[in-house]
Amino acid sequence: MARITASVYSSHIPAVGAAFDLGKTHEPYWQKVFSGYDFSKQWEKEQKPDVIFLVYNDHATAFSLSMIPTFAIMTGPEFQPADEGYGRRPVPPVIGHPELASHIASEVIQKDFDLTIVNEIDVDHGLTVPMTCMFGKVDAWPCKVIPFAVNVVQHPVPSGARCFALGQAIRAAIESYPEDINVQVWGTGGMSHQLQGPRAGLINRDWDNEFLDRLIDDPEGLSKMPNIDYVREAGSEGIELVMWLIARGAMADTRGGPKPKVAHRFYHVPASNTAVGHLILENA
Amino acid sequence: MSLDKEFKEIPGTIIFDAEQSRKGYWLNQFCMSLMKAENRERFKANERAYLDEWKMTEDQKQAVMARDLNAMMALGGNIYFLSKIGATDGKSFQQMAGSMTGMSEEAYRDMMINGGRSIEGNRRIGEHGDAQRTNKDK
Ligand SMILES: [Fe+2]
Repeated sequence: MARITASVYSSHIPAVGAAFDLGKTHEPYWQKVFSGYDFSKQWEKEQKPDVIFLVYNDHATAFSLSMIPTFAIMTGPEFQPADEGYGRRPVPPVIGHPELASHIASEVIQKDFDLTIVNEIDVDHGLTVPMTCMFGKVDAWPCKVIPFAVNVVQHPVPSGARCFALGQAIRAAIESYPEDINVQVWGTGGMSHQLQGPRAGLINRDWDNEFLDRLIDDPEGLSKMPNIDYVREAGSEGIELVMWLIARGAMADTRGGPKPKVAHRFYHVPASNTAVGHLILENA
Repeated sequence: MSLDKEFKEIPGTIIFDAEQSRKGYWLNQFCMSLMKAENRERFKANERAYLDEWKMTEDQKQAVMARDLNAMMALGGNIYFLSKIGATDGKSFQQMAGSMTGMSEEAYRDMMINGGRSIEGNRRIGEHGDAQRTNKDK
């Protein structure tokens, strides 16, 4: 049976992707950001996941106002990096896992999570920047990826509690897949940042760190935090952090299993307008 | 159930909800069109003529031509869509975000390097933080 071995959490800042693509990773400003992923790149080499279930959001790239799915699972075979107005990122195409993705869609829809199913889509920095942070420069990504997009652009966006419950359903679906494969679940976005208005540039270091603490130790309690708290405390774009609760809901302890091990934790301000947060939890 | 009214009580912030989305529909869809290189070229060659192809209000068109991001936000723009205008102009996200704060580019960058804007006094309208100006004040 398929196994979820770990969950990974990371910001997905476009400027980090640009810095990497332009070869600026050794500049002091960016070195401080990328150093937080040195451990992670080595760790991924040892973990050798077969598939990553990657939760991210589209930033007015593939979804405009003409279509706004709240939750969308990508069941297609291949996805190109998007041109977000600066040209496509020079990273490999993302290879999907249509069989597992369709299995997950089928299972969780029958558990009343009404997912949108997408077969053709270009994936933006929300997905490709964490891939770069975790795997560095590669000719081909070392594993398959199931992209899963959440609407965090137009309010109301899904609650932390709904995301957490969805993560639990995704876990059950993955574990009922008959092939013996190693699956990681990633949650991306955040941490505190606001990109608009006179309050732009907001960073809330204390709140971010408490979020990390609670994500590790009390995810169910954390999942009950209302969306207004994210926006007020972590900035209008900090609401992306609800997506981390999908990945956290997919860990074994949320259904009576042992607590996960904290393999890595990193926090740094700033990258561009944003606080960088990164966490790796391993299932025992 | 409408959105919690507390969302309207955060200073210096516009929440992109269904109402803003309706108001800004064509402004945002115009921005999406700038994802294509040929549209960027046509826009740059004659902004007014290109904008006139869209069902935008005159206020929205003026705000675009003035590159007034706070005005575009108030008229229903969403920052992820509006950023396509910045990309067309060769601006980074930090330059765009900073331009909405009334700070110089250098001052905004320094603020970020020094840990960003403080949350203190900036949680609710009527407190005493540095983000209490409304979006319409300059
Ligand atoms: Fe994002």
